[in-house]
Amino acid sequence: MKSHRLIALTALLTTALVSARIAAAQEIYAGKFPQRTGEELFQNLCQGCHMPDAQGAAGAGAYPALAANPRLAAAVYPILVVLRGQRAMPPFAESLDDEQVANVVNYVRTHFGNHYKDQITPEAVKTHR
Amino acid sequence: MADEPATPMNRRALFRMIGAVAGSAVMYQAMSELGHAGESGYSGPIELQGDAKGTSVLILGAGMAGMSAAYELRKAGYRVQILEYNDRPGGRNWSLYGGDSYTELGGFTQKAQFADGLYFNPGPWRIPHHHLALLHYCKLLKVALEPFTQVNYAAYVHAAGAFGGKPKRYREVQADFNGHVAELLAKAANQGQLDDPVSREDKEILLEAMRDWGALDQNYEYKKGLLASERRGWISDAGGGLTSVPTPSDPMAMRDLLDSRLWSAINAGHIYEFQSVIFQPVGGMGMIGKAFGRELGNIIRYNAKVTEIRQDAHGVTVAYQDTHRGGPVQTATAQWCICTIPASILGQIALQVGAPMKNAIDALYYDAAIKVGLQFKRRFWEQDESIYGGITFTDLPNALIGYPSTRYFDDGPGVLLGAYTFGANAFQITAMSPEERVRQSVEWGAQIHPQYTSEFQHGVAVAWHRVPWVLGCAGHWTDELRARHYDNLCAIDGRIVLAGEHASRIPAWQEGALLSSLDAIRRLHQRVLSGGRAA
Repeated sequence: MKSHRLIALTALLTTALVSARIAAAQEIYAGKFPQRTGEELFQNLCQGCHMPDAQGAAGAGAYPALAANPRLAAAVYPILVVLRGQRAMPPFAESLDDEQVANVVNYVRTHFGNHYKDQITPEAVKTHR
Repeated sequence: MADEPATPMNRRALFRMIGAVAGSAVMYQAMSELGHAGESGYSGPIELQGDAKGTSVLILGAGMAGMSAAYELRKAGYRVQILEYNDRPGGRNWSLYGGDSYTELGGFTQKAQFADGLYFNPGPWRIPHHHLALLHYCKLLKVALEPFTQVNYAAYVHAAGAFGGKPKRYREVQADFNGHVAELLAKAANQGQLDDPVSREDKEILLEAMRDWGALDQNYEYKKGLLASERRGWISDAGGGLTSVPTPSDPMAMRDLLDSRLWSAINAGHIYEFQSVIFQPVGGMGMIGKAFGRELGNIIRYNAKVTEIRQDAHGVTVAYQDTHRGGPVQTATAQWCICTIPASILGQIALQVGAPMKNAIDALYYDAAIKVGLQFKRRFWEQDESIYGGITFTDLPNALIGYPSTRYFDDGPGVLLGAYTFGANAFQITAMSPEERVRQSVEWGAQIHPQYTSEFQHGVAVAWHRVPWVLGCAGHWTDELRARHYDNLCAIDGRIVLAGEHASRIPAWQEGALLSSLDAIRRLHQRVLSGGRAA
C-alpha cells in the first residue's frame, strides 16, 4: 500500500508538472480564439494586420490587401496561408479549428469586393492540415 | 510524462520534485523551450585587433544591434554608415513621453500626453543583472540605471473566477501554497510513505526543511497563527502601546488555492531572466537608444527606407528612399553590409543572397504582443495599497499590471503598464482601435483596482503587429526552425551578414541583439583581415 500511495503522489505531481509546463508554454504565445463566425474572426484577428477595411497597410514592410484580391480565387490559397502562415504571417492551425478557418475564409472571399461563390467546408480545411 | 512508468523516487528525484513544486522548474523549462532563458554569452568588451585599413561597412538599422556594430567597427578603424527607417535611434529600445506622437499601420495616430518625467516603454522594460553586454554599453554610454522590481509581495495575483474575483496578495498565495505543500510532504514523510527513497536521517532533515520552508507549526501543520501570518501578512498589524495586539489572517484552504490556479502566477520571479536584481534606465528604456544615437551622431541617416540590397564581388549597394523629403531613390555603397532589419521586413525587400539565408528569413514570423501605458491622477497603488513597483498578474486579457519602479511617493500622476499580452489575446487586442485597447485595459484593471475608474487620465496602446518597422514583437523560433535555419541565418553570405535579436539564442531580449551583433562583427573582421574577400 505504501508504495502505492507514493506512486500515486509521484504520478500526481509529475502529471501536474507536465501539464503546467505545457500550459505555460502555450499560454505565452498561443491560445484559442473564442469567435465563431467569419465576421467576428475577421474583426478580432485578421483586421489587426490587414486593417478593418481589408485594404492592408504599408510601412517599412507591408500587409497585403485582402479586398478585391485575385489570389483568393482558389480557396486553397487562403486556407493554406491561414493554417501554415507565410513569411511575416503567423500560422493559425493551432489556434483555429476547421470550422473557424472555413468561416473566416468564406467571409473574406465574399466581402470587401470579393465575390467568390464556392463555399469552403470544415472538412475541406481538415484535408489541408 | 503520462506514459513514463511510475518508479519509486530516489532522494534526488524527491528534492527535484520539491523544487519544482516550490517554484521555478516548471516555468523555467517552459521558458527554456521558448528560448527565453538562455545565458548571456558575453565575454567582455570586444577587441577587434589588426588594421581595418578604412574598410567601409554599411549598417542597416539603428537599433541595439546596428548601433553597437557601428560603435565597435568605427573604433576599430572602419568607415561606417547607418541607414535607419525611423526618425530616431533605438528601434525597439523605445520610450514614449508626453508630446510624442506615434502612428501605427493603418494611419492610427496616438499622441502621448504623459505628465513631465513620466513615460511608457512599449518594448523592453527590464535588464537582467546577467545581461552583461547591455550593462556594459549602459556604463559606457553613461546611461544611469536603477532597480526594476519584478517580484513585489504586496502586489496582487488575480483570477476572474477565483475567490469571487477578489485579488489576493502575492505573499498570501506564496505563503499558503508553500505551507500546504510542505504540510503534505511532511505528512507523507511522517506516515512512512517516503521511507523507501529517504533514509531515516534525511527524513528528519526533510521534516525540518519543510517546517522552515512552509512555516509549519510543531505538529507540521500550516494553519492560522503567528507563523503563517509572518509570511502571509496580518488582518491588522502589530502596533505600539495599548493598540498593539496583531490579528492573524486566515490561510486559504488548499483545495481553494489549487482550484484557483493562482499558484501559476507566483513563479515568474524564479526564472533566470527575472531574478533579482533587475535594472531599468532612469527615465525610460529609450535612454539607451538615445545615448547610442548621440554617440554616433551623423553616422546615422534617419528616415531612410531600404528598398533593395544588392551585392557583387566588390561590395554592397543599397537602394533607399527618404520617407520625409521624398525624391528619387538613392543608393549607399560599402565593401560590407551588416543588416539588422527584422526578418519580417527583410523578407519583403529585394535581397541578393543565396537560398539558405533567404529561406531562413522567410521562415521567421514575428509574434503578437501588446503593451498599454496608462496615466492616473495619483499613485493610488502606493497610497492606498502599499504597492511600490512590481507586477500584478491576472488571467484577464491584459495579463498583468506593472507598477512604476521609480519616483516612489510622488504626489503627482503616475504611469503604469496596464497590459502586456502575447498570443491569442494579443491578436484580439491588436485588432482593436488604439482607443478601444486603452478603454478595455482600464476596464480590466478596474476589476483589480476600483480606483482606475475615477483616477484614469490618459493611455497609449502599442500593438507590435501594427508597428510599421517590425511587424511583430520578435522572431518566433521553434526547435525545428532553429535546427533547419538558424546557422544559415547567421552565416555571412558574400558581403552581407545579419544581426539582431532574431539572429541570437536570446530572442526578444536586447542582450540577444547585442551578442548577435558582436558575433557578426567578429566574424566579419576576421574575413576583412584575411584579405577582405567574400567567401
